[in-house]
Amino acid sequence: MRGEGQVVVIEYGDYECPYCAQADLMVTGFGLKRVFRHFPVVSKHPRARVLAYAAEAAALQGAFWEMHDSLFGDQGHLDVPHLWERAERLGLDMDRFEADRRSDAVEQRVAADFRTGIRAGVATTPTLFVDGDRFGGIPGPELLERLQRDSAR
Amino acid sequence: MTEPGSVAPDFTLADQDGNQVTLSELRGNQVVLVFYPLDFSPVCNDQLSVYQEVLPEFEERGAKMFGISVDHAFAHKAFQEKLGLTFPLLADFEPKGAVAQAYDMYIDGRGHNHRGFVVIDPDGNVKHWHREKTPLDIPGANLIFDALDA
Repeated sequence: MRGEGQVVVIEYGDYECPYCAQADLMVTGFGLKRVFRHFPVVSKHPRARVLAYAAEAAALQGAFWEMHDSLFGDQGHLDVPHLWERAERLGLDMDRFEADRRSDAVEQRVAADFRTGIRAGVATTPTLFVDGDRFGGIPGPELLERLQRDSAR
Repeated sequence: MTEPGSVAPDFTLADQDGNQVTLSELRGNQVVLVFYPLDFSPVCNDQLSVYQEVLPEFEERGAKMFGISVDHAFAHKAFQEKLGLTFPLLADFEPKGAVAQAYDMYIDGRGHNHRGFVVIDPDGNVKHWHREKTPLDIPGANLIFDALDA
């Protein structure tokens, strides 16, 4: 969780999804308190799960949001060597990063996020819950207006 | 005709490989019919891809899932391969949309289906019928789980 204020944004997405990056940038721009949950849909985005594991492996070294921003900030470089470069740039312990991103604990963490999304009726990425209200699919003016309104609260 | 407890309208349709699938021959299993507008439309991609992710959990419940649209089997085959789907897609192609009409899932004047699903119990009766208000809305997999578990 990061950001400030009373309103919580819960964001379901995957790092290979361009509209997720767009929605993420909108949320970041307003500085709202927010949670990111992994919703990798592999048949659509083959790298999605691997990328989610990388973010969670970084989280184990206290660098979740840094990796998150790095992945959404450049979706053109998502292969394994690019993940190493990113992890090195963030100053992570590389042996630990490599072991963690393949670990059962990280896999289960991502699967648990996915299950909460299914339970909440998430059926497309990105899906955002702004103070409990759902905004699914391509981020549009309705979402923008809502974020604007809530960031002023 | 789609009231819970009523007999689900029977049909025989070809799947993506040209195999004939007859609903009444599936008795003994719960069946999930997923109605969606068209192969290759962006929203359909998301819907069926998400269902694919949780397909093992549908199957654990003894359910068989089928997608249905007005597209031809050849289009279904390409669409299934593109998304890596492992459940069958049925071609409601000729007479166009006849099964969707029987399940009240066809949009007259648009030429394609609503987005929704029907759960059929092991005796062949409608257990749950759900249709979204617009084709842009996607029924979450949670609704299908709730219907299967009810």
